[in-house]
Amino acid sequence: MTTINIGMAVVLAVLYSVGFYLLMQRSLMRILIGIVVLGHGANLLLQLAGGPPARAPVLGTAPPAEFADPLPQALALTAIVITFALTTYLLALGYRSWVLTGHDEVQDDLEDRRIALSERPDGAMEEDTEGADEDTEDPGSAAASNEPAEIATGGPDASSEVSR
Amino acid sequence: MSTLVTLPVLLPILGAALSVIFVRQATLQRLIGIVVLVAVCVVAAVLLVAADRTGPVVVELGGWPAPVGIVLVADRLSALLLLISTVVTLAVLVYAIDQRISDYGRDTASTTFHPIFLLLSTGVSLAYLTGDLFSLFVAFEIMLAASYVLITRRTNAERIRSGMTYVIISLTSSLLFLTTIALVYASTGTVNLADLAGRVAALPPGLRTLLSMLTIVTFGIKAAMVPLHFWLPDSYPNAPAPVTALFAGLLTKVGIYALLRTQTLIFPGDGPSAVLLVLAVLTMVVGALGALAQNDLNRLLSFLLVSHIGFMLFGLAVDDARGAAGTALYIVHHITVQATLFLVSGLITRRTGTVSIDQMGGLARRSPVLAVLFAVPALTLAGIPPTSGFVAKLALLQAGAAGTVGTVVVAGFVVLASLLTLWAVVRVWIRVFWGADKEPLPDDDPHDELVIGTSKTSAPMYVASAALVAVSIAIAAAAGPLSAVTERAGADLIARVPYLEAVLG
Repeated sequence: MTTINIGMAVVLAVLYSVGFYLLMQRSLMRILIGIVVLGHGANLLLQLAGGPPARAPVLGTAPPAEFADPLPQALALTAIVITFALTTYLLALGYRSWVLTGHDEVQDDLEDRRIALSERPDGAMEEDTEGADEDTEDPGSAAASNEPAEIATGGPDASSEVSR
Repeated sequence: MSTLVTLPVLLPILGAALSVIFVRQATLQRLIGIVVLVAVCVVAAVLLVAADRTGPVVVELGGWPAPVGIVLVADRLSALLLLISTVVTLAVLVYAIDQRISDYGRDTASTTFHPIFLLLSTGVSLAYLTGDLFSLFVAFEIMLAASYVLITRRTNAERIRSGMTYVIISLTSSLLFLTTIALVYASTGTVNLADLAGRVAALPPGLRTLLSMLTIVTFGIKAAMVPLHFWLPDSYPNAPAPVTALFAGLLTKVGIYALLRTQTLIFPGDGPSAVLLVLAVLTMVVGALGALAQNDLNRLLSFLLVSHIGFMLFGLAVDDARGAAGTALYIVHHITVQATLFLVSGLITRRTGTVSIDQMGGLARRSPVLAVLFAVPALTLAGIPPTSGFVAKLALLQAGAAGTVGTVVVAGFVVLASLLTLWAVVRVWIRVFWGADKEPLPDDDPHDELVIGTSKTSAPMYVASAALVAVSIAIAAAAGPLSAVTERAGADLIARVPYLEAVLG
């Protein structure tokens, strides 16, 4: 079993918490950076899984015990390539969202809003903190309006209705 | 024989490359896709027979022996799921090709659709066959990266939101998977599944539970297990019908397969797992109730998909040979029927111009073929005898009844969720196929990818859907031999010995 030194453990904790914190933001740019930071955290953890840092690479001559384990390095390389490619894709998607909607915020879920609206006819959206699972337990919502265009989403994100 | 195992991965990825090369020859591109998938079907069938007769077929990539190198393993479960997945992929491809022909004309080639479609198939095959935890991650990434492209093709303002949700959630679960792999490697020093089976057993119980729970969360997100299911009903319904059908049929089931493989091979429990039983009940009930609340046909089907993930979790939670066999049989049945329903939903939408159940009506008179194509898979999903759904549910119920008090109680929820499913599909039937005739709505956005509100539908689209209906009827007709195979597969999974011996020698 591989152990980890306290400094690296702290670095990992910071990377993971910053990553998850950024993931929960509304701006797609921040979410993207969150994914990048989280990816760094995961790759660093993968590196450390091979043993403590600063051991010799598998190259040249040295006793086998002094070599660094090459497998986690290979795994981390693969993972870096994959996260890199997907980050690029996400960036393109964010750009597309900006082109189509004029901003890069995560848009409101219309279905969720519609259910909230049918619960509160006055449209008091500010108190709406219910999760998306509420729509799974509310048969009454089936009778709600089917016209997304007529819903005033209110709140800070009213511009999500803006189409191209 | 053993080199055959590489073909289900190699053929689609080479086919994808060829489709990029022949990007201007539309007919050739279509032919490549179909030929490749037919070939993979044949290989999968051969592998299934071989695995069933002589035990798992193993190939060591690059000639490196097992714990060091990467192995591909086709045991009964992998080969069976590979076969049924490829059959469904093939039917969906035929449907998609004909939808594209009738919408854009025969000469319109696609720069992305065919290559990406085959890449998705590569990822699915690799996920089923790999005997290595990190290759499983790579397989998931191939599959998911392809699915990101398919779900965000030709985005409009509405579709980009659901696409973003899907991509971000999947990426998060992939990073969690990477974290799991790192922790597994740090604690055992291997990523080979068969090698892990022995080494994880030697770990302290606390650490073992932590790793087991991490895999449940990781694959639970991919399989849309409640409470990790939010993304699914939000993102799937917005994609074009063939894409949704493919995702609904395969992607979540690959998650369930990964869960089944890792839980039985690496983290075998002693007796039913309480955590998984509770999750199975939640998934079944929340999904079914969610479906009852929906007015959008595709969202309704997505919630039913979530609900039926719970059935498969239940078989896994029972944690004996019968439970594993029930889950395997249920996956086979569910891949077919869920994909069929989404394809038929695509046909319905094309005809009526809407996904809103309120605005449909009297479709049975106007299109009796559509009514039959919907009724058979819908009843199959609900598990009415003598359909394949009934056979699969019976296997699960028998597994539950033979277990502890907990599993018997959860078996009751299986019956309840089946009834709720029946209620949901009967409601759709009454409102969409019976009742007053309603005129098709015109296409509100004629320039997007969805051509709706038209009766102009080419016959092969019906044929592809009907072929899948026929496959699910064939599953019911061949229930005897098929459940014999899944029972042997379930026994293998729990015994672990055939897999371990085949891989480690």
